[in-house]
Amino acid sequence: MDDTILQLNNVSTHFPIHSGFVRKRLIGTVKAVDGVTLAVRRGEVLGLVGESGCGKSTLARTIMQLVPTTGGTVVLNGKNLSDCSATEMLAVRRGMQMVFQDPYASLNPRMTVYATLAEPLLVHGVCPPEEVPARVANLMKTVGLAPRFMQKYPHEFSGGQRQRIAIARALALEPKIIIADEPVSALDVSIQAQILNLLAQLCRKMNLSLIFIAHDLSVVKHISDRVAVMYLGKIIELGPALDVIDRPRHPYTRALVSAIPTPNPDVERSRQRIVLAGDPPSPINPPAGCAFHPRCLYAQAKCKLAVPPLVADGPAREVACVRLGEI
Amino acid sequence: MPLLTVTDLRTWFHTRNGVYRAVDGISFSVERGETLGIVGESGSGKSVTCYSIMGLVPTPPGRIESGTALFDGVDLLHCSPKQARSIRGKRVAMIFQDPMTSLNPYLRISEQLIEPLLIHEKISRREALSRALAMLEEVGINDAAQRIHLYPHEFSGGMRQRVMIAMALITKPELLIADEPTTALDVTVQAQILELIKKMQRELGMAVIFITHDLGVVSGLCDRVQVMYAGRIVETADTRTLFYSPKHPYTRALQRSIPSMQDKGTELFTIPGMPPDLSKPIAGCAFAPRCEYVTARCQAEKPELGPVSATHDQACLRVQAGEL
Repeated sequence: MDDTILQLNNVSTHFPIHSGFVRKRLIGTVKAVDGVTLAVRRGEVLGLVGESGCGKSTLARTIMQLVPTTGGTVVLNGKNLSDCSATEMLAVRRGMQMVFQDPYASLNPRMTVYATLAEPLLVHGVCPPEEVPARVANLMKTVGLAPRFMQKYPHEFSGGQRQRIAIARALALEPKIIIADEPVSALDVSIQAQILNLLAQLCRKMNLSLIFIAHDLSVVKHISDRVAVMYLGKIIELGPALDVIDRPRHPYTRALVSAIPTPNPDVERSRQRIVLAGDPPSPINPPAGCAFHPRCLYAQAKCKLAVPPLVADGPAREVACVRLGEI
Repeated sequence: MPLLTVTDLRTWFHTRNGVYRAVDGISFSVERGETLGIVGESGSGKSVTCYSIMGLVPTPPGRIESGTALFDGVDLLHCSPKQARSIRGKRVAMIFQDPMTSLNPYLRISEQLIEPLLIHEKISRREALSRALAMLEEVGINDAAQRIHLYPHEFSGGMRQRVMIAMALITKPELLIADEPTTALDVTVQAQILELIKKMQRELGMAVIFITHDLGVVSGLCDRVQVMYAGRIVETADTRTLFYSPKHPYTRALQRSIPSMQDKGTELFTIPGMPPDLSKPIAGCAFAPRCEYVTARCQAEKPELGPVSATHDQACLRVQAGEL
């Protein structure tokens, strides 16, 4: 497929756990990401949802090559990232950029907005140095900040404005794909809407691909074209956003969707909520078979036997549940 | 008579950069057994309101400038420390947002759970422990008998919030103040905790003040909701009225900016600008600079809460004048 910009083939990221002070022994591994296969198309917004600890941030970091992959390949624009040398990596990184959750922590407090936005331009030699100020001013306009704030420091801005600066920094290199790791979780509702609009608008205008990570399903539903649901390092459901959230197939997605409180008192009072028991299991020692079976309402003996693969369910959807046809 | 009546509460913080009017003249009441939701963005004064009632405002820089908070006839803001101690933690309890930082990491769960009992009731340690154990089982902790002797770090976030709830409810309070108890938790765990609060409320018949910024949580849980903006209440009504026929422009704008209330793919409605700087006095309506219906009068005159119906009050001059 020509249209694919990012392809993940069976990507795994495991972290070893060592014990002992002098003699380190390996006592286990955390399978943070375990066999994820995923394709992102040009101009597409892919939402990635799951509870904390399910590996969505690790997957983002793996794609960005901020943590080494244990297995599988990440292919960006036809280039396998694990084969790249350090110099090649620098060029590859121009094509993908990241926006982090906490705009208070992801901006350097000692750098002005100008310095923050000029740095990637200078490092990558995007334009001659004399053009940098004009570029920075342009970037600031793109994200809805007045260029006269150029010489201010991050602490002089509000949370929403800081997130705009972080987005401008990601856009500086004109990437093909942006990975946004919970970009609106730290913001208030009214500010959240501004940032969501900005991201949606940028994707449309610049034909950007976006991987949008969040735990808030209503936000994901609004912004994404497709949604991938993760549980314990694996993708368990994938499909068009409206489809997955309005008609979830996997029992976990059903529970997740039913747990979102809706701002509508009549609906909220009349509906039956699926309340999952317990917490997500530890990724150090995941349950045998389907990792969700200890909390699943529909679990049977066969769920404990084998890890269910992601199988096609209709033309655009994939679900990993052995009882798919039965429930 | 309401269980708690707060009248004209003002809590200001005197900082080097000016006087920060976090809560600026609010009045409300809570009936026995009722659930009141307080909704607002960060900095709107919803937490400071409750900290003032509980006597948890750091002084200095904070100072309660005026107001009374009558709890069952006792003014919590002006009574003797001894009187306050006999109410706080026994008849009024509070749970906090972050269960990671609100439990003492050096003490076993058992020690922390029985502390309110040992302080407020004449009870032996052994009896207190058995009540603590029963309470832990009540809030849904499996193997409570073993787990009661663990330390907080050995519990997950949801479990810690359960412990916090057990600790708050062990003295069977008449009023529980919950300050964003589910904000730090995952949605599936949030659903568990909300169910738990509802169940405990049914069993104990207590009143709950539930602070949150999530309108979704409020809609299923609360009997009445009040919306705060810049240290003042802008609208208060029973939950259905507030959701289905909100009057104040801020409440309406807030509702319209939630993604789940809008069609997919459309531009989200946004409130332009930012909440005002509370360290500077605000002449008229605090929401005026961001309001789409603003007039010259809004910028000059401070609006007060006025009735729309018997159970519905709001503070917009133009709505009160019948213009909106």
